[in-house]
Amino acid sequence: MPQEANISSRLAGSRGSFNRALIIPAIKDVFVKLDPRVQLRNPVMFVVEIGALLTTIFTLRDIAVGGRTMVALNIQLAAWLWITVLFANFAEALAEGRGKAQAETLRRTRSETTAKKLVNGRVQQIPASQLRKEDIVLVEAGDIIPGDGEVIEGIASVDESAVTGESAPVIRESGGDRSAVTGGTRVLSDWIKVRITANPGETFLDRMINLVEGARRQKTPNEIALTILLIGLTIVFLLAVATLEPFALYSGAPVPVPVLIALLVCLIPTTIGGLLSAIGIAGMDRLLKRNVLAMSGRAVEAAGDVDVLLLDKTGTITLGNRMATAFIPAPGVTGEQLADAAQLASLADETPEGRSIVVLAKNKFQLRERDLGSLKASFVPFSAHTRMSGVDLEGRQIRKGAADAIETYVREQGGSLPAEVRDTVAKVAREGGTPLVVAEGARVLGVVYLKDVIKGGIKERFAELRRMGIKTVMITGDNPLTAAAIAAEAGVDDFLAEATPETKLKLIRDYQAKGHLVAMTGDGTNDAPALAQADVGVAMNSGTQAAKEAGNMVDLDSNPTKLIEVVEIGKQLLMTRGSLTTFSIANDVAKYFAIIPALFSVTYPELGALNIMRLATPQSAILSAVIFNALIIIALVPLALRGVAYRPIGADAILRRNLVIYGLGGLVAPFIGIKLIDMLLVALKLA
Amino acid sequence: MDFLQIVLYLVLLLLLAVPLGRYMARVFNGDRTFLDPVLKPLEGLIYRLAGVNTGREMNWREYAATLLVFNFLGMVAVYLIQRLQGVLPFNPQHFSAVPPDLAFNTAASFMTNTNWQAYGGESTMSYFTQMAALTVQNFLSAATGIAVVVALTRGLARRSAKTIGNFWQDLTRSILWVLLPLSLVFALVLVSQGVIQNLSPYLTVTTLEGGRQTLAMGPVASQEAIKLLGTNGGGFFNANSAHPFENPTPLTNLLEMLAILVIPAALTVTFGHMVGNRRQGLAILAAMLLLFVLAVGVVYGSERYGNPTLRTLGVSGPTAMEGKEVRFGIASSSLFATVTTAASCGAVNAMHDSLTPLGGLIPMLQIMLGEVVFGGVGSGLYGMLVFVILTVFIVGLMVGRTPEYLGKKIETREMKMATLAVLIPAATILLGSGLAAATRAGTASILNPGPHGLSEILYAFASGAGNNGSAFAGLNANTPFYNIALGLAMLIGRFGVILPVLAIAGSMAAKKAVPPGPGTFQTTSLLFTGLLAAVVLIVGALTFFPALALGPVVEQLLMLAGRAF
Repeated sequence: MPQEANISSRLAGSRGSFNRALIIPAIKDVFVKLDPRVQLRNPVMFVVEIGALLTTIFTLRDIAVGGRTMVALNIQLAAWLWITVLFANFAEALAEGRGKAQAETLRRTRSETTAKKLVNGRVQQIPASQLRKEDIVLVEAGDIIPGDGEVIEGIASVDESAVTGESAPVIRESGGDRSAVTGGTRVLSDWIKVRITANPGETFLDRMINLVEGARRQKTPNEIALTILLIGLTIVFLLAVATLEPFALYSGAPVPVPVLIALLVCLIPTTIGGLLSAIGIAGMDRLLKRNVLAMSGRAVEAAGDVDVLLLDKTGTITLGNRMATAFIPAPGVTGEQLADAAQLASLADETPEGRSIVVLAKNKFQLRERDLGSLKASFVPFSAHTRMSGVDLEGRQIRKGAADAIETYVREQGGSLPAEVRDTVAKVAREGGTPLVVAEGARVLGVVYLKDVIKGGIKERFAELRRMGIKTVMITGDNPLTAAAIAAEAGVDDFLAEATPETKLKLIRDYQAKGHLVAMTGDGTNDAPALAQADVGVAMNSGTQAAKEAGNMVDLDSNPTKLIEVVEIGKQLLMTRGSLTTFSIANDVAKYFAIIPALFSVTYPELGALNIMRLATPQSAILSAVIFNALIIIALVPLALRGVAYRPIGADAILRRNLVIYGLGGLVAPFIGIKLIDMLLVALKLA
Repeated sequence: MDFLQIVLYLVLLLLLAVPLGRYMARVFNGDRTFLDPVLKPLEGLIYRLAGVNTGREMNWREYAATLLVFNFLGMVAVYLIQRLQGVLPFNPQHFSAVPPDLAFNTAASFMTNTNWQAYGGESTMSYFTQMAALTVQNFLSAATGIAVVVALTRGLARRSAKTIGNFWQDLTRSILWVLLPLSLVFALVLVSQGVIQNLSPYLTVTTLEGGRQTLAMGPVASQEAIKLLGTNGGGFFNANSAHPFENPTPLTNLLEMLAILVIPAALTVTFGHMVGNRRQGLAILAAMLLLFVLAVGVVYGSERYGNPTLRTLGVSGPTAMEGKEVRFGIASSSLFATVTTAASCGAVNAMHDSLTPLGGLIPMLQIMLGEVVFGGVGSGLYGMLVFVILTVFIVGLMVGRTPEYLGKKIETREMKMATLAVLIPAATILLGSGLAAATRAGTASILNPGPHGLSEILYAFASGAGNNGSAFAGLNANTPFYNIALGLAMLIGRFGVILPVLAIAGSMAAKKAVPPGPGTFQTTSLLFTGLLAAVVLIVGALTFFPALALGPVVEQLLMLAGRAF
């Protein structure tokens, strides 16, 4: 079951917008959405539907009365007006379809689970849907975790692919930042006791279902503002068309109502009106494709506006672990001697730092790995008390550790830390590295340079962000000296050193007070306040429940650099809306030139001078404009679902590019399209 | 020569606008100016006499309420003076009370800075009415416009603020520091050029041919100055600025045109100074200039080309001179028509009714665009700023950010108000004209048949709702229907924009501002200027294309085909 619910595999199967499995249910929805109560959510299309209805009534009346003149035209007009509404419905249904399919699989995962509830130490089998907050359940190998919760006892490996799509199991244990479990995931080995933290219907899985399904989709602030503009335009055109009738009567050229309705539908911004909700849903969907769950459309939109990005150093900017990059011997010691001692001290050290020392020794001095057992060595593990680790063998005692810890150690042996080594330590720290001092007995051998390794390509990524107008700030617990060095190497704009939850929160507030929009990622419980304060807070799915609750997005892959993609998706969302609005408005120019001369061709044949497209007849002109208006909606569905491409080339360059494509294109395209349809209509003898 | 005249005009306009704009910024920021020693005591005295407290600033609701009450009382006063002029002094011609519908229309007209005149000044209004009611409102309505734009500017410039200024202070300072000194100087210049300024009864003179002619007299220069500077446009005489006593020489003609646009143009400079970035103001000024040059070009071209039928008949020169003052000629008349309709002034030096259809379309379109090509004093800039918000919203989305202007996000409330500010005047024009075209009361006043008659109606309602006040004439507007319908159109067109604009000022003042970055959409670039002009044109053209197609557009096509109306 969980395998089927894997989101990324589902998505891999439905990359294209016109996947057959999505289209068929979408077509069903198209007719359900004709319900005026549904249409009322979208005022522009509501007007079209009313127009279609009126045209139909007028046409039926004409047929009943036996009028012949306009019936052929009116039937076609009515048909195309209905088609316009259906096309817009289709766009929305298609956008919703993908989420609905996912929700369906997720829902199946949830409903079939039974829980082993612990009551006074005894196990009771109950359906997962009857679990309440604060219940304690036992989950053993092979069981599906029945609800969201905190591990209170035990440790287990968990397959979370049902929510993350990531097949590698993760460890969940009580205490610390790895204690959160998600309902619907499966325990692979061992057992855990879980305290349930969410009632049925409020779990992560439920929220996810709601989100992907778009059931509780609320209009985002920018969507509302745009809708107001669209309503305004619709009213303007409604007035322009409605008052045309008295003017026309005055001029002795009355216009039939269906033709006026056709004009109105052509003029009101149906292109953007019909695609607006599809654009919003598709934006959430694109996030989901990248395994990011946005808790609201508002958060996606805010992501586009983000101009300050707070990034944790470890795991985001640098690889999680420090690596040994150089051996700096003390006076009178060769590099090889130092490397040899350091290697011996690290052989049994399974930490990534320890292993990196072994690797470096091999690379620099061809020192092969030796078997500790055959050397009769005993490993001295790191302890919080001594803050050193090392090895004892054949009378040699090798230790490595922080400078002050080793200094204390050699003093006890009657030695001292040479001044040169002290300088080296300071120098390494200044350069952003961590100095690890190696000593044998009372003699200090030198320093191993442990360095934070900046992730490959991250510098370019930051440069890209800078071009997008986004400032990057590195957050680290390091001292300011080290932090400054790493910040310079990684190319971030600013850094916060010796960060605590309080200073993080304060930093976010300071930026916000200056009007900036701040995004950050986090996973720990102590990140929760900052995640909540940030305008866009992306919680890692591997993080704690508290972090996930506080953020407004959850990254199922737990990949902190994904913020950059989130920002791009937010920008795409806004750009797509703007571009299609511009396109929609620019289209109207051509439609006027098609319809106005046609309306008054009898009274004022001179207006034919405006018929610059040389459309064949007044009927074909009106019909062509209406057909173009309907077809353009369906033609732009892929663009609405995919989004307008974003490139970090600066606002002015993007604007110029989009203006040419959607502004100028919107002006020219309908002239060509309407003319072609007109020629086709004439060829088919439809008008 | 003609071309040179138009260029010279624009150069002079800009040369005057820049220093005046800078000066006004000082006035409204409360900085020191050279007139302070004289005016400060006077200002204080006025506040004491009026009993207003200017120490406390107002939020937008208080500002709007104060403005409404003040203007309403002003309208009542103008109405009463007209009704009672028969018993009031300075009435040498013994004019009786103005009829109620005309008095209402005139009161609405002068209070809203429209100065639509359904009456002939020299045959209806006493000197007292002209001075105490009309000229006073010329000052107050212009000052109201300036106050609104200053309040909006403050709203855009301030951050996280609750208030947008004090209406009484803005009003008083506009009059004392800006309108009065300019009018005083300008009136003296006009008198030196021969514009009359007296309170004598009308003169009856014997003409050279021996006929007898009555010459209307009056305190013309003082009203003329504010009529133009305040973009009011209500002439002392019916012929307005085509009358030799209002506009005697080519020099006064040039000065009068400069006077119309100087304050609207200067306010863009003031705006730039007050928001702390002069280029923001210049970008708007450039957009206005661009639209203006386009308009002058079309009007001039069309008038120059004239009416081919007349040309072949040989009854007139090659150009369209009918209805124009021969003293001024084509270029000057085209320029004046464009200037007066660009600004919501409405003073005329030629009969717009006699312009060629295309030449008449442009003045009408300029009004329909919302009077934002320079526009009325104050109202032009605040109208343009509404279009700036629309432009930033539509275009700004395309750069992938929530649209912002001057660092402030344009959100639902601003869009609602900006949409209303564009929608209300447009609806008023369309519905009013539709009503007139559909009713007997409306069509009975039309003097010309066919599309020209429709143009006349459209022009009348555009002029009213746009608070322009110029007329296509050719329409007998002094009927109860038109007096009331147009009076209402003026009120709706004025306050239907002012209230949303003040609401925008209030909500923008409360916002934080984001510092600009590389992802910010620049509103100081040439690209933005072009886009702003395009949005103004497209919104206006899309709204009025069907109506205009049946009016001037078809008329021009018919004229070219040899039919005239």
